[in-house]
Amino acid sequence: MSEYILRAENLSVSYGDFRAVTNASLKVKEGSITALIGANGAGKSTLLSAIMGEHKPTEGHVFFEDREVTGLKPSVIVRNGIAMAPEGSCIFDEMTVRENLLMGCYQKRAAAKKNELFEKVYSLFPILKEKEKQLSSFLSGGQRQMLAIARAIMADPKMIICDELSLGLAPVVIGEIYEKLTEINKEGVTFLIVDQDVGRSLEYSDYSYVMVKGGMVMEGPSCDLPIEEVKDAYFGINKYA
Amino acid sequence: MELLIQSIVTGILLGGLYAIVGLGLSLVFGIMGLTNIAHGNLMIMCSFIVMVFGTVFNGNIILMLVLAIACMVVFGFLFQNFLVNKVIDKGPNPALLVTFGVSIVIQNALQLIFGADARSIKSAFATVNVVSSDYVSISGAYLANFVVAVVVIVLLSLFIKRTRMGRAIRASANNVRAAELMGVNTKLMYSVTMCIAMATACIAGLLVGNTFVFYPYSGPQYLIIAFGVVVIGGMGSIPGTLLGGIILGLAQLLGSYFFGTGYQIFSGYIVMLILLTVCPAGLLSNAKRK
Repeated sequence: MSEYILRAENLSVSYGDFRAVTNASLKVKEGSITALIGANGAGKSTLLSAIMGEHKPTEGHVFFEDREVTGLKPSVIVRNGIAMAPEGSCIFDEMTVRENLLMGCYQKRAAAKKNELFEKVYSLFPILKEKEKQLSSFLSGGQRQMLAIARAIMADPKMIICDELSLGLAPVVIGEIYEKLTEINKEGVTFLIVDQDVGRSLEYSDYSYVMVKGGMVMEGPSCDLPIEEVKDAYFGINKYA
Repeated sequence: MELLIQSIVTGILLGGLYAIVGLGLSLVFGIMGLTNIAHGNLMIMCSFIVMVFGTVFNGNIILMLVLAIACMVVFGFLFQNFLVNKVIDKGPNPALLVTFGVSIVIQNALQLIFGADARSIKSAFATVNVVSSDYVSISGAYLANFVVAVVVIVLLSLFIKRTRMGRAIRASANNVRAAELMGVNTKLMYSVTMCIAMATACIAGLLVGNTFVFYPYSGPQYLIIAFGVVVIGGMGSIPGTLLGGIILGLAQLLGSYFFGTGYQIFSGYIVMLILLTVCPAGLLSNAKRK
């Protein structure tokens, strides 16, 4: 079996005539934290949507644990072991915190380990236990993001994809969330994170990809990537204009 | 005074029947955001199916209801899966038109098969008074309607609130994308919802057929009642249908008591308009979609 848990090869995704992702490839090593960096509109979320089966790619392939999963329904992808904490948290506002977490373990495999998973997420995010009976619409931005990650953990996944991890959050909360993420990663869960916080993405990840205008322009071990050039790519200036 | 008490009691009991007539419409709207124009005709189709099974099985009410529910659940699944689900992502109008088309087909098919005569479903309790005093008399059919409506609404509320599938249905209503990302097949949940709505329409069809006469073209009349119930109770709220039904039933019967029988329907809709002005989303509305 390959050392890469997820491989996206030459993916292209279009919305009608508009091509949002062009020939993008990405590999995520098992047990790692991989970051996907890019400005708004770079195509990061579209790429993730194609990996999760929300959009059918016009070209290219996605492999999870060496099995092709291109174009499969999200419900099948989740069953295979990928969970997603989507952009803007995407939580169920009309449900309580506990009900949201229960939705995380909707798949039968995870449902069988429900109690164990609840213990795990409550030890990681004690605030969620305190607020378990509250409607999730009353949570703060940081708590919603924690709930989204906790809900992904409840799926007992092999890999978690986090889209726009720090969007709209206070710096202190972002730091806390990244610490939790590292803690979960140490237990063997692979992460693919998308964030606009370039500094933190590079600091906490093992490997990074930089996306500009729908294509990959840079990749490498996060500690080796030249931060100034990554920022140029992120802001679309100098040679990336 | 006796007549006033009788009007109140009958209004409340009639509200139970109205509640179950509106239940399927409210459920489908609450989960899918779809206004099922065919609801009234589907319910009358259920009345005819129950009537046919009643003839075949010699009036065994449980057996005929179970068989009718089985037929309608299959019909509901096919209707949702092969018609509504195909267009539901394209906005509310195409799906609305599909239900409108199905409604016309059902009404004409019923008239073609059964003719235009009035029909009814006979049962042992239809004409019996279970309470008969100086102040009030309660017919077995009206009491059964109310009890069945309350039981169905409580069971359905518990199913939606407490079970894994109920949560998945609510999740699909609350946030389709998040539900899909949790592994929920939202289209399948829509089909399950339609099947449940068809089962409640079957029960409503039996109760309506047992209480009143019905014709192949009675559907729109009950669709309007169902609209009244869900608009008052709150679109998408299951307990709201019971409240909406009781308010509509009471308004009709009290209107009839105070202003004469000619004002029965009119009073119901005047109360509905007043409540809509005061509380536009309905009394117990919980419908919010993303």
